[in-house]
Amino acid sequence: MKVVGQGQIRVDAYGKVTGEAKYTADLEPKDILHGKVVHSTIANGLVKRFDLEKALKVPGVVKILTCFDVPDCQYPTAGHPWSTELKHQDICDRKILNQRVRLYGDDIAAVIAETEVAATQAASLIQVEYEEYEPIVTVEAAMKEGATPLHPDIRRDNVIVHSHLTMGRPDFTFEQGLQEAKEQYGEENIVVLEDTYYTPRISHCHIELPVSWAYVDVNGKVTVTSSTQIPHIVRRCVAQALGIDIGKVRIIKPYIGGGFGNKQDVLYEPLNAFMTMAVGGRPVRLEISREETIYGTRTRHAIEGRTKGIVARDGRLLARKLDAYANNGAYASHGHAICANCGNVYKGLYRDELGTEVDCSTVYTSSPTAGAMRAYGIPQAVWFTECQADDMAAAIDMDPLEFRLKNGVQGDYVDPSNGIAFHSYGLEECIRRGREYIGWDEKRKLYANQTGPVRRGVGMAMFIYKSGVYPISLETASARMVLNQDGSIQLFMGATEIGQGADTVFTQMAAETTGISFDRIYIVSTQDTDTTPFDTGAYASRQTYVSGMACKACGEELRRRILEYAAYMLNHDVTDISKTVYAEQVKKAAADVREVLGLQEGEEITEDMLDLVDNQVVVHGGNPILFDVAVVAEVAFYSLDRSVHITAEVTHQCKSNTFASGCCFVDVEVDMPLGLVTVKDIINVHDSGTLINPETAKGQVHGGMSMSLGFGLSEEMLVDEKTGRVLNDNLLDYKIPTAMDVPDLKVEFVVKHDPTGPFGNKALGEPPAIPVAPAIRNAILHATGVHMNTAPMTAQRLIEKFKEQGLI
Amino acid sequence: MLKIIHMKVNGKEQELAVDDRESLLDTLRNRLGLTSVKKGCEVGECGACTVLVDGEAIDSCIYLTMWADGKSIMTVEGLKGPNGELSPIQKAFIEEAAVQCGFCTPGLIMSAVEIVGTGKKYNREELRKLISGHLCRCTGYEKILNAMERIVDEVYRVSHQE
Repeated sequence: MKVVGQGQIRVDAYGKVTGEAKYTADLEPKDILHGKVVHSTIANGLVKRFDLEKALKVPGVVKILTCFDVPDCQYPTAGHPWSTELKHQDICDRKILNQRVRLYGDDIAAVIAETEVAATQAASLIQVEYEEYEPIVTVEAAMKEGATPLHPDIRRDNVIVHSHLTMGRPDFTFEQGLQEAKEQYGEENIVVLEDTYYTPRISHCHIELPVSWAYVDVNGKVTVTSSTQIPHIVRRCVAQALGIDIGKVRIIKPYIGGGFGNKQDVLYEPLNAFMTMAVGGRPVRLEISREETIYGTRTRHAIEGRTKGIVARDGRLLARKLDAYANNGAYASHGHAICANCGNVYKGLYRDELGTEVDCSTVYTSSPTAGAMRAYGIPQAVWFTECQADDMAAAIDMDPLEFRLKNGVQGDYVDPSNGIAFHSYGLEECIRRGREYIGWDEKRKLYANQTGPVRRGVGMAMFIYKSGVYPISLETASARMVLNQDGSIQLFMGATEIGQGADTVFTQMAAETTGISFDRIYIVSTQDTDTTPFDTGAYASRQTYVSGMACKACGEELRRRILEYAAYMLNHDVTDISKTVYAEQVKKAAADVREVLGLQEGEEITEDMLDLVDNQVVVHGGNPILFDVAVVAEVAFYSLDRSVHITAEVTHQCKSNTFASGCCFVDVEVDMPLGLVTVKDIINVHDSGTLINPETAKGQVHGGMSMSLGFGLSEEMLVDEKTGRVLNDNLLDYKIPTAMDVPDLKVEFVVKHDPTGPFGNKALGEPPAIPVAPAIRNAILHATGVHMNTAPMTAQRLIEKFKEQGLI
Repeated sequence: MLKIIHMKVNGKEQELAVDDRESLLDTLRNRLGLTSVKKGCEVGECGACTVLVDGEAIDSCIYLTMWADGKSIMTVEGLKGPNGELSPIQKAFIEEAAVQCGFCTPGLIMSAVEIVGTGKKYNREELRKLISGHLCRCTGYEKILNAMERIVDEVYRVSHQE
């Protein structure tokens, strides 16, 4: 491969360092109305009536829409491909504005005004009369006998879905496993552990806020430009929310300032579309503030993981059990998919000799809605497995790395729930590299038996992660290439650039497969659902894998069509080409081909005799070089005999999947009196198959590591249990890592070609956000002997634990 | 009430009628079309709206336009050379792959201009502190720091040769 695998400079870097790359809000027309959402100030209840009198008097107010005005359509918001099977459809549990309030800050009305100030002022003057119910903020409260169901039309109680998974026998239970373990190994030879681990509710904190602007175009089509990861899905959901035909909706997605899964949900696009329709199609902008974004869009699920484990004293893992309770908040969003995903990786990451039992419950509560966030339930799964693994290893006084090598997932693993397997396997090699880099063997000894207030420790965590969503859901993607007269091409992908570097790797793939050079490929970054081919969008680490297959197939088809026309030119050098400026060149080329291939005069030259290499049409094998692809392109455009606009468009339905994997190793210093954890050294090692672009790949890993560092040490949305109100809905009180909080990040890759990937590649985008937090937790355990079971491990929590254990 | 103010923006004199409650962020974006200046929080927490006012990096979302009367403002749009060539800082951000979603990039570049402008040499730890007012969720700051280190070194070396 010539272009794939190179560290090409990002195609969007120039636009982004010059400020010329346009994001949603940069594209608004000057004369635009301003929207403002009115949020409920209770967490659970019913809107009885509004008093709009004062608000309507604010100069500049154009219209106020309330929950009593919206279409009577319940719609889903998850960025999933739609299913035509009823039982696989996403849950339709909200309206554009809701009369039934289910979280503090629910969307109950919206103001449209000439200025932002007027809209904000009017919103604050709207009086609301509620019928109030008790907030049900925690899973415990929501599952309590007799708890008020938040969506009685959809579920009898607040459990969205419960699922039961096993490894070993299909009817395996942990209790049976315990019985068997006692009988087979003897009670004295086994250790039984029971621990509960907690993960925090996390905010995505993309720096660009959710923003959109909408108008109705001259064809009566409601058009929304939005900062989204999933334009084609937004289109479908807007149609569902408004109860209009999908052809009447157009979504445009320009550059976006990060998404991380929050924008893999349909957020305010349906409301924005409804707003413009309410004012005769005039453009209306709707920008959601940072505070609204934190409490009112989506979060990572807080999941409580109640675990049990049985380990033999010789180090063999016998059985595990997980009871996972995911707090899904007010609306289903991605529903049970995330907690089920969590359960799947919990069961698969280790091999229990007797069996594994997993129960997952996803629960409605009157609190912020949880949805997709980078790695979709797996950071939680791996927090559970990796805390538990170290705790089990500690219980039998075994090195936790040896425990993993002995009991961890191996290359022959196949998930019995969905058939997903490793088609390339590099996890063991990743662990070997991490072990070596961090100096595991020496440091485990060196840091043993420390005394004093400041101690060092090393820890690790590992993970597996699938590539895309097949066969759980549909995987389909399209690409289109259009040849220009100069032999360059436009590349249209349905897949979206969200900062991860998708545009760059698709350009590399197009260069690799067409034979047209990287600098002659112009990717159209903006998706416009009227003109862009279909793709479900950026999520599930799917695009390089799934959309990459479409890009590859499209490139091969375009090259074939170019060569087909080149062959036509060579065969018609006398009749059609003779009057053109290329007559001599083509005539000579035809003679060259005949000579090299030993063809008779008049014998047909076929496309398979030719190839396209470095922009040149050549005889298959490379020699001789015939002419530049630009000659083919120009002749094809303007031929009086046979004018062809050479294009290709390919839909690829992906019916494969493969596990990526990897690990993190850290060396930390714990200052116990300060409750301060300093990461002294850290490495992530990833098994993601072939890297399309090693530089952008490294960038993905850095960002993921930083995100997991926040998960481990500082990030947590605090929700008041009495009111359901988020207490830290701003970037001062909600702590994402700054440059001072992130250490130098070391990244390595174990590159093994995966036969199912379009270029040997597999999932990479999300996995880096998984293992850092538990690796730090395990390093703290090594340093201090203290088991921190709740993330984030803030100074407060650390100091409480150190005090409890008498360490300070 | 609109008030007339004068300021130099990216080297060009501007006479503007602005609302006295208006932030410099809104003036630059909405009145002058300088959309490199990004809005991420509106309360001075994220640094995406950083511009230079008389050479000093400030959060334009919490800086009233009235305060800029008589001052000189610079945004990323003002960095290119007379023939459209990129500044060394922009080049370093491109070549070090310091850009991902790009939303924090213009603000960081403006802080880099301020930092480099001091002519002082800073190590990586000092640079971490100097850019800690910029939140980036994509990069873990690693490659941004690589770009900053490179440009600080280059400029320091050049200025100390002269």
